[in-house]
Amino acid sequence: MTVVRLVLNELVGMFVDDGSLALLALILIALVTAAVKLLALPPLIGGLLLLIGCLAILLDSARRARGKAR
Amino acid sequence: MHGLTPILSTVTASFLASFVEVVEAFTIVLAVGVTRSWRPALTGAALALAFLAALVLIFGPLLALVPITVLQFVVGVLLILFGMRWLRRAILRSAGVIALRDEEKAFSRETAALQRQADDRRADYLAAVASFKAVLLEGVEVVFIVIAVGAAHGQTFYAGLGALAAFVLVMLIGLAVHRPLARVPENALKFVVGLMLTSFGVFWTGEGLGAEWPGADLALLAIFAIIAVASFAIVRWLRGAYPAAAEGVAR
Repeated sequence: MTVVRLVLNELVGMFVDDGSLALLALILIALVTAAVKLLALPPLIGGLLLLIGCLAILLDSARRARGKAR
Repeated sequence: MHGLTPILSTVTASFLASFVEVVEAFTIVLAVGVTRSWRPALTGAALALAFLAALVLIFGPLLALVPITVLQFVVGVLLILFGMRWLRRAILRSAGVIALRDEEKAFSRETAALQRQADDRRADYLAAVASFKAVLLEGVEVVFIVIAVGAAHGQTFYAGLGALAAFVLVMLIGLAVHRPLARVPENALKFVVGLMLTSFGVFWTGEGLGAEWPGADLALLAIFAIIAVASFAIVRWLRGAYPAAAEGVAR
Protein backbone atom coordinates (compact mmCIF):
# COMPACT_ATOMS: atom_id res chain seq x y z
CA MET A 1 0.00 0.00 0.00
CA THR A 2 3.04 2.25 0.37
CA VAL A 3 3.26 2.49 -3.43
CA VAL A 4 -0.39 3.51 -3.66
CA ARG A 5 0.14 6.14 -0.96
CA LEU A 6 3.22 7.38 -2.80
CA VAL A 7 1.22 7.74 -6.03
CA LEU A 8 -1.69 9.45 -4.24
CA ASN A 9 0.67 11.92 -2.53
CA GLU A 10 2.29 12.66 -5.87
CA LEU A 11 -1.12 13.16 -7.50
CA VAL A 12 -2.14 15.70 -4.84
CA GLY A 13 1.25 17.43 -5.08
CA MET A 14 0.85 17.71 -8.84
CA PHE A 15 -2.07 20.09 -8.43
CA VAL A 16 -1.38 21.78 -5.11
CA ASP A 17 1.87 23.63 -4.53
CA ASP A 18 0.78 27.03 -3.32
CA GLY A 19 -2.47 26.08 -1.52
CA SER A 20 -3.95 29.56 -1.97
CA LEU A 21 -3.40 29.45 -5.73
CA ALA A 22 -5.20 26.11 -6.04
CA LEU A 23 -8.03 27.22 -3.72
CA LEU A 24 -8.54 30.55 -5.51
CA ALA A 25 -8.48 28.82 -8.91
CA LEU A 26 -11.15 26.35 -7.74
CA ILE A 27 -13.29 29.17 -6.32
CA LEU A 28 -12.93 31.10 -9.60
CA ILE A 29 -13.98 28.04 -11.65
CA ALA A 30 -16.92 27.38 -9.31
CA LEU A 31 -18.12 31.00 -9.52
CA VAL A 32 -17.81 31.13 -13.32
CA THR A 33 -19.56 27.76 -13.67
CA ALA A 34 -22.38 28.90 -11.38
CA ALA A 35 -22.74 32.15 -13.32
CA VAL A 36 -22.96 30.29 -16.65
CA LYS A 37 -25.27 27.51 -15.47
CA LEU A 38 -27.50 29.41 -13.03
CA LEU A 39 -27.40 33.06 -14.11
CA ALA A 40 -27.33 32.43 -17.89
CA LEU A 41 -24.00 34.21 -18.34
CA PRO A 42 -22.89 33.60 -21.96
CA PRO A 43 -20.32 30.73 -21.87
CA LEU A 44 -17.82 32.71 -23.94
CA ILE A 45 -17.89 35.54 -21.37
CA GLY A 46 -17.42 32.84 -18.72
CA GLY A 47 -14.36 31.55 -20.59
CA LEU A 48 -12.89 35.05 -20.85
CA LEU A 49 -13.52 35.68 -17.13
CA LEU A 50 -11.75 32.40 -16.43
CA LEU A 51 -8.73 33.55 -18.43
CA ILE A 52 -8.56 36.96 -16.74
CA GLY A 53 -9.17 35.41 -13.30
CA CYS A 54 -6.38 32.86 -13.74
CA LEU A 55 -3.93 35.61 -14.63
CA ALA A 56 -5.00 37.67 -11.60
CA ILE A 57 -4.53 34.64 -9.33
CA LEU A 58 -1.10 33.98 -10.82
CA LEU A 59 -0.08 37.59 -10.23
CA ASP A 60 -1.33 37.44 -6.63
CA SER A 61 0.56 34.18 -5.99
CA ALA A 62 3.79 35.59 -7.44
CA ARG A 63 3.38 38.76 -5.37
CA ARG A 64 2.93 36.73 -2.19
CA ALA A 65 5.92 34.50 -3.00
CA ARG A 66 8.06 37.59 -3.56
CA GLY A 67 6.92 39.00 -0.22
CA LYS A 68 7.83 35.76 1.58
CA ALA A 69 11.27 35.57 -0.04
CA ARG A 70 12.12 39.17 0.83
CA MET B 1 -10.92 19.17 -33.39
CA HIS B 2 -8.94 17.47 -36.14
CA GLY B 3 -6.89 20.36 -37.57
CA LEU B 4 -3.14 20.67 -37.53
CA THR B 5 -3.12 23.26 -34.72
CA PRO B 6 -4.54 20.98 -32.01
CA ILE B 7 -2.42 18.01 -33.11
CA LEU B 8 0.78 20.07 -33.12
CA SER B 9 -0.04 21.72 -29.80
CA THR B 10 -0.94 18.35 -28.24
CA VAL B 11 2.26 16.65 -29.44
CA THR B 12 4.41 19.64 -28.47
CA ALA B 13 2.91 19.99 -24.97
CA SER B 14 3.19 16.26 -24.33
CA PHE B 15 6.75 16.07 -25.70
CA LEU B 16 8.12 19.06 -23.78
CA ALA B 17 6.42 18.19 -20.48
CA SER B 18 7.47 14.54 -20.71
CA PHE B 19 11.01 15.53 -21.71
CA VAL B 20 11.48 17.51 -18.49
CA GLU B 21 10.03 14.69 -16.36
CA VAL B 22 12.14 12.00 -18.06
CA VAL B 23 15.30 14.10 -17.60
CA GLU B 24 14.58 14.30 -13.85
CA ALA B 25 13.94 10.55 -13.57
CA PHE B 26 17.02 9.80 -15.70
CA THR B 27 19.25 11.75 -13.26
CA ILE B 28 18.24 9.48 -10.36
CA VAL B 29 18.40 6.22 -12.34
CA LEU B 30 21.85 7.23 -13.60
CA ALA B 31 23.00 8.03 -10.05
CA VAL B 32 21.83 4.58 -8.89
CA GLY B 33 23.45 2.86 -11.87
CA VAL B 34 26.79 4.63 -11.53
CA THR B 35 27.00 4.55 -7.73
CA ARG B 36 25.62 1.09 -6.99
CA SER B 37 25.14 -0.97 -10.15
CA TRP B 38 22.90 -1.07 -13.18
CA ARG B 39 20.94 -4.11 -12.02
CA PRO B 40 18.97 -2.39 -9.19
CA ALA B 41 18.76 0.81 -11.27
CA LEU B 42 17.13 -0.91 -14.24
CA THR B 43 15.06 -3.32 -12.12
CA GLY B 44 13.54 -0.42 -10.17
CA ALA B 45 12.89 1.56 -13.35
CA ALA B 46 11.34 -1.44 -15.13
CA LEU B 47 9.04 -2.23 -12.17
CA ALA B 48 7.90 1.39 -12.06
CA LEU B 49 7.17 1.39 -15.80
CA ALA B 50 5.19 -1.85 -15.39
CA PHE B 51 3.20 -0.29 -12.53
CA LEU B 52 2.49 2.81 -14.65
CA ALA B 53 1.41 0.62 -17.59
CA ALA B 54 -0.98 -1.24 -15.27
CA LEU B 55 -2.45 2.09 -14.09
CA VAL B 56 -3.03 3.18 -17.69
CA LEU B 57 -4.58 -0.18 -18.66
CA ILE B 58 -6.90 -0.14 -15.65
CA PHE B 59 -8.01 3.49 -15.69
CA GLY B 60 -7.57 4.40 -19.38
CA PRO B 61 -10.67 2.56 -20.69
CA LEU B 62 -12.82 4.15 -17.95
CA LEU B 63 -12.32 7.55 -19.59
CA ALA B 64 -14.32 6.38 -22.62
CA LEU B 65 -17.36 6.06 -20.34
CA VAL B 66 -17.30 9.74 -19.35
CA PRO B 67 -19.39 12.13 -21.52
CA ILE B 68 -17.08 14.37 -23.60
CA THR B 69 -18.28 17.72 -22.17
CA VAL B 70 -17.82 16.43 -18.61
CA LEU B 71 -14.38 15.07 -19.55
CA GLN B 72 -13.37 18.39 -21.15
CA PHE B 73 -14.50 20.30 -18.07
CA VAL B 74 -12.80 18.00 -15.53
CA VAL B 75 -9.58 17.75 -17.56
CA GLY B 76 -9.67 21.49 -18.14
CA VAL B 77 -9.95 22.22 -14.41
CA LEU B 78 -7.11 19.78 -13.59
CA LEU B 79 -4.95 21.31 -16.32
CA ILE B 80 -5.56 24.82 -14.98
CA LEU B 81 -4.38 23.68 -11.52
CA PHE B 82 -1.45 21.67 -12.90
CA GLY B 83 -0.40 24.23 -15.51
CA MET B 84 -0.60 27.21 -13.15
CA ARG B 85 1.56 25.34 -10.64
CA TRP B 86 4.26 24.83 -13.31
CA LEU B 87 3.88 28.38 -14.56
CA ARG B 88 4.10 29.90 -11.07
CA ARG B 89 7.34 28.06 -10.34
CA ALA B 90 8.80 28.94 -13.75
CA ILE B 91 7.93 32.62 -13.23
CA LEU B 92 9.49 32.64 -9.75
CA ARG B 93 12.62 30.88 -11.05
CA SER B 94 12.93 33.24 -14.00
CA ALA B 95 12.67 36.21 -11.64
CA GLY B 96 15.27 34.72 -9.25
CA VAL B 97 12.81 34.38 -6.36
CA ILE B 98 13.55 30.63 -6.14
CA ALA B 99 16.64 28.86 -7.46
CA LEU B 100 16.79 27.02 -10.76
CA ARG B 101 16.73 23.23 -10.65
CA ASP B 102 20.21 21.81 -11.11
CA GLU B 103 20.50 18.23 -12.39
CA GLU B 104 24.18 18.04 -11.33
CA LYS B 105 23.18 18.91 -7.75
CA ALA B 106 20.32 16.40 -7.80
CA PHE B 107 22.75 13.77 -9.09
CA SER B 108 25.29 14.58 -6.35
CA ARG B 109 22.59 14.47 -3.64
CA GLU B 110 21.38 11.06 -4.80
CA THR B 111 24.93 9.74 -5.17
CA ALA B 112 25.83 10.87 -1.64
CA ALA B 113 22.69 9.24 -0.22
CA LEU B 114 23.47 5.96 -1.99
CA GLN B 115 27.08 6.02 -0.78
CA ARG B 116 25.88 6.40 2.81
CA GLN B 117 23.83 3.22 2.31
CA ALA B 118 26.69 1.31 0.66
CA ASP B 119 27.46 -0.82 3.74
CA ASP B 120 23.83 -1.66 4.39
CA ARG B 121 23.11 -5.30 3.51
CA ARG B 122 19.92 -4.07 1.81
CA ALA B 123 21.90 -1.58 -0.33
CA ASP B 124 20.82 -3.13 -3.63
CA TYR B 125 17.19 -3.14 -2.52
CA LEU B 126 17.38 0.50 -1.37
CA ALA B 127 19.03 1.49 -4.65
CA ALA B 128 16.27 -0.25 -6.62
CA VAL B 129 13.65 1.53 -4.49
CA ALA B 130 15.28 4.90 -5.24
CA SER B 131 15.16 4.15 -8.96
CA PHE B 132 11.59 2.83 -8.70
CA LYS B 133 10.37 5.94 -6.85
CA ALA B 134 12.01 8.36 -9.27
CA VAL B 135 10.54 6.69 -12.36
CA LEU B 136 7.15 6.16 -10.71
CA LEU B 137 6.73 9.73 -9.45
CA GLU B 138 7.91 11.42 -12.65
CA GLY B 139 6.01 8.79 -14.67
CA VAL B 140 2.72 9.57 -12.90
CA GLU B 141 3.07 13.14 -14.12
CA VAL B 142 3.80 11.95 -17.67
CA VAL B 143 0.73 9.68 -17.62
CA PHE B 144 -1.44 12.55 -16.38
CA ILE B 145 -0.06 14.90 -19.04
CA VAL B 146 -0.68 12.38 -21.84
CA ILE B 147 -4.22 11.69 -20.67
CA ALA B 148 -5.00 15.34 -19.96
CA VAL B 149 -3.75 16.88 -23.19
CA GLY B 150 -4.98 13.96 -25.28
CA ALA B 151 -8.21 12.62 -23.84
CA ALA B 152 -10.44 15.68 -24.02
CA HIS B 153 -10.32 15.67 -27.84
CA GLY B 154 -9.53 12.05 -28.62
CA GLN B 155 -5.83 12.73 -29.23
CA THR B 156 -4.32 10.39 -26.67
CA PHE B 157 -2.44 8.66 -29.48
CA TYR B 158 -0.67 11.89 -30.52
CA ALA B 159 -0.01 12.81 -26.88
CA GLY B 160 1.43 9.33 -26.31
CA LEU B 161 3.67 9.74 -29.35
CA GLY B 162 4.99 13.02 -27.94
CA ALA B 163 5.79 11.36 -24.59
CA LEU B 164 7.39 8.35 -26.28
CA ALA B 165 9.56 10.63 -28.44
CA ALA B 166 10.70 12.48 -25.30
CA PHE B 167 11.55 9.19 -23.58
CA VAL B 168 13.53 7.90 -26.57
CA LEU B 169 15.37 11.20 -27.03
CA VAL B 170 16.41 11.45 -23.36
CA MET B 171 17.57 7.81 -23.39
CA LEU B 172 19.61 8.35 -26.56
CA ILE B 173 21.24 11.54 -25.24
CA GLY B 174 21.73 9.92 -21.83
CA LEU B 175 23.41 6.84 -23.31
CA ALA B 176 25.65 9.07 -25.41
CA VAL B 177 26.81 11.47 -22.68
CA HIS B 178 26.44 9.09 -19.71
CA ARG B 179 26.00 11.94 -17.23
CA PRO B 180 23.16 14.12 -15.89
CA LEU B 181 21.57 16.25 -18.61
CA ALA B 182 22.43 19.49 -16.84
CA ARG B 183 22.55 21.55 -20.03
CA VAL B 184 18.89 21.01 -20.80
CA PRO B 185 17.21 24.43 -20.32
CA GLU B 186 14.71 22.97 -17.86
CA ASN B 187 13.22 26.24 -16.65
CA ALA B 188 12.63 27.54 -20.16
CA LEU B 189 10.95 24.24 -21.06
CA LYS B 190 8.87 24.31 -17.89
CA PHE B 191 7.86 27.90 -18.65
CA VAL B 192 6.61 26.91 -22.12
CA VAL B 193 4.88 23.79 -20.76
CA GLY B 194 3.22 25.78 -17.98
CA LEU B 195 1.93 28.25 -20.59
CA MET B 196 0.66 25.45 -22.82
CA LEU B 197 -1.03 23.44 -20.06
CA THR B 198 -2.71 26.53 -18.59
CA SER B 199 -3.88 27.51 -22.08
CA PHE B 200 -5.30 24.03 -22.70
CA GLY B 201 -6.97 24.21 -19.28
CA VAL B 202 -8.71 27.54 -19.93
CA PHE B 203 -9.69 26.49 -23.48
CA TRP B 204 -11.22 23.14 -22.46
CA THR B 205 -12.89 24.40 -19.29
CA GLY B 206 -14.48 27.08 -21.47
CA GLU B 207 -15.57 24.46 -23.99
CA GLY B 208 -16.88 22.30 -21.15
CA LEU B 209 -19.02 25.26 -20.09
CA GLY B 210 -20.36 25.52 -23.64
CA ALA B 211 -18.19 28.40 -24.96
CA GLU B 212 -17.69 28.55 -28.72
CA TRP B 213 -14.31 30.25 -28.91
CA PRO B 214 -13.89 32.68 -31.82
CA GLY B 215 -11.67 31.05 -34.46
CA ALA B 216 -12.37 27.61 -32.92
CA ASP B 217 -9.04 25.81 -32.35
CA LEU B 218 -7.01 28.91 -33.25
CA ALA B 219 -8.33 30.52 -30.06
CA LEU B 220 -5.91 28.20 -28.24
CA LEU B 221 -3.00 30.14 -29.79
CA ALA B 222 -4.56 33.47 -28.78
CA ILE B 223 -5.07 32.25 -25.19
CA PHE B 224 -1.45 31.02 -25.16
CA ALA B 225 -0.22 34.42 -26.38
CA ILE B 226 -2.24 36.33 -23.76
CA ILE B 227 -1.00 34.11 -20.90
CA ALA B 228 2.57 34.33 -22.23
CA VAL B 229 2.52 38.15 -22.40
CA ALA B 230 1.03 38.37 -18.90
CA SER B 231 3.56 35.88 -17.49
CA PHE B 232 6.54 37.70 -18.97
CA ALA B 233 5.13 40.95 -17.59
CA ILE B 234 4.93 39.34 -14.12
CA VAL B 235 8.57 38.18 -14.43
CA ARG B 236 9.63 41.68 -15.46
CA TRP B 237 7.71 43.23 -12.59
CA LEU B 238 9.18 40.75 -10.07
CA ARG B 239 12.71 41.44 -11.33
CA GLY B 240 12.15 45.16 -10.88
CA ALA B 241 10.64 44.78 -7.44
CA TYR B 242 13.05 42.03 -6.38
CA PRO B 243 16.39 42.89 -7.99
CA ALA B 244 18.67 40.66 -5.90
CA ALA B 245 18.25 37.14 -7.22
CA ALA B 246 17.51 34.82 -4.32
CA GLU B 247 19.82 31.94 -3.58
CA GLY B 248 16.87 29.78 -2.66
CA VAL B 249 16.71 26.01 -2.62
CA ALA B 250 15.73 24.44 -5.91
CA ARG B 251 12.51 22.50 -5.67
